[in-house]
Amino acid sequence: MRNPYRTQKIAFSLLFLATLLIVVPVGLIVIVIIFKGFPAINWQFLSDIPRQGMRSGGIFPAIIGTLYLVAGAIIFALPIGLLAAIYLSEYSKENVLNRIIRLAIINLSGVPSVVYGLFGLALFVVFFKFGASILAGSLTLGIMILPVIITTSREALESVPDSFREVSLSLGVSKWQTIRHIVLPNAIPGILTGTILGLGRAAGETAPILFTVAAFYLPRLPKSIFDQAMALPYHLYVISTQVPNVDEKIRYGTALVLLALVLFMNLVAIIIRYQFRRRKKW
Amino acid sequence: MDIKIRADKFNFFYNETMALKNISMNIFKNTVVGIIGPSGCGKSTFLRSINRMNDVIFGARHEGDILIDGENIYDKDIDVVGIRRRIGMVFQKSNPFPKSIFDNVAYGLKINGIKDRSYIAQKVEKSLQDAALWNEVKDRLSKSAFDLSGGQQQRLCIARALAVEPEVLLMDEPASALDPTATLKIEELIHELKSKYSIIIVTHNMQQAARISDYTAFFMMGELLEYDITSKVFTKPSKKITEDYITGRFG
Ligand SMILES: Nc1ncnc2c1ncn2[C@@H]1O[C@H](COP(=O)(O)OP(=O)(O)O)[C@@H](O)[C@H]1O
Ligand SMILES: [Mg+2]
Repeated sequence: MRNPYRTQKIAFSLLFLATLLIVVPVGLIVIVIIFKGFPAINWQFLSDIPRQGMRSGGIFPAIIGTLYLVAGAIIFALPIGLLAAIYLSEYSKENVLNRIIRLAIINLSGVPSVVYGLFGLALFVVFFKFGASILAGSLTLGIMILPVIITTSREALESVPDSFREVSLSLGVSKWQTIRHIVLPNAIPGILTGTILGLGRAAGETAPILFTVAAFYLPRLPKSIFDQAMALPYHLYVISTQVPNVDEKIRYGTALVLLALVLFMNLVAIIIRYQFRRRKKW
Repeated sequence: MDIKIRADKFNFFYNETMALKNISMNIFKNTVVGIIGPSGCGKSTFLRSINRMNDVIFGARHEGDILIDGENIYDKDIDVVGIRRRIGMVFQKSNPFPKSIFDNVAYGLKINGIKDRSYIAQKVEKSLQDAALWNEVKDRLSKSAFDLSGGQQQRLCIARALAVEPEVLLMDEPASALDPTATLKIEELIHELKSKYSIIIVTHNMQQAARISDYTAFFMMGELLEYDITSKVFTKPSKKITEDYITGRFG
């Protein structure tokens, strides 16, 4: 006879083990990076330019470069993504075209980031002649995070109850005003969450910026959006593999700053989502 | 009496299903019309045809006309948004916005470009008074509308509809989710409101229809079977089936 209690116990243990298998490596990575990187963190490391062939000094240009790129990506991707999401959720009819668009968006989010990098190189750097620049890099990152922004924004818009739309229309309010004054405000937390997750992704990726903006070594701040820039993920790659004899402390310190940036953004996204769930009453 | 709303050989379809068949009726100014009939007979569909809320339903279409003050609301050039402003609606389930009590009522005004704060405040107070809610909420206008009871929320929704000064008020079973006390309040309110508005109210409750409406329309399977002065419909209906329905033999 099979013992149902024992079966349940085994199943439970397996599930627990699977969870552990996910949590432990993530935890280990974070812990290792914190322990090895923390000693490098000081004011000079954060605010100085790299010196002595990146073997000493700080990572300030890379931090600033990443912030510029992330900001540029969002300036480009948020309006377009949001408009697309509004179209998909509020205006498009349920038909074949709509389904194809949705499928395309889902597939886009699965495209490897290096492919975006090549695409950005061909389109922005070469075809539009932006050269390797913050502009080209931002646009490339923006395109990469568009699917995330569209998908999460659409979900946020669609989670606003239809009854709100109905009432608003019945009060003699136009469809666009209804979207603007009722649907969007109630979807903002979800949209913000998606945007921040997209930002986190944009901040952490190396491949899309590799051919489009990243400077190997540029110990100054970029002067315009047509300038190249250093960026944290690429800088990390460079000092880890391309430059010999970089102190481990500096490498892990750079990794820690990057990790902190990304985790911080994800944390903000989680907090917004949590607050929103708690307040929501319908 | 003046005709406010007139339906003329109106048919309505959800894709291939015919939900309203050849509806012709006149609704007079300052009267309450009660619409009764078994569920699924097309009461809501008819109501939503009057303020064109069915426009948003995919695959819906109509034949025939509905007129307000002699003007065809299905006219090609008509301003649908304007029609909806003239014909207000209160839904079955109370549905305040996730805003304050004040902002719920002020919403329609603000959106329509009214900036004058004291005018808005005045209008909000007036609407809440007309909806018999003012005394209960005047000290907490900035509190969330969700803090109100079910009956209060429904009266808030009525106030919100009144604030944009409609000429006609459509109510789709506005009291069906409320307890008897709250229902009574809404009924009294409807009685008050008819001096200013034409009211069309769908109700499941025979006694309610008898109590509050001047005219009663009996719908069945998409057809308007009986439409007359309420006392006549309830005492001497012209059709056997109306009598059977009213006396609760089916439905
Ligand atoms: N959005 C819709 N799509 C398709 N059929 C609908 C829709 N709404 C209502 N119907 C159908 O139309 C008929 C009338 O519905 P309704 O007007 O809601 O009836 P009532 O309000 O009298 O209960 C019903 O058979 C119902 O199933
Ligand atoms: Mg109904």
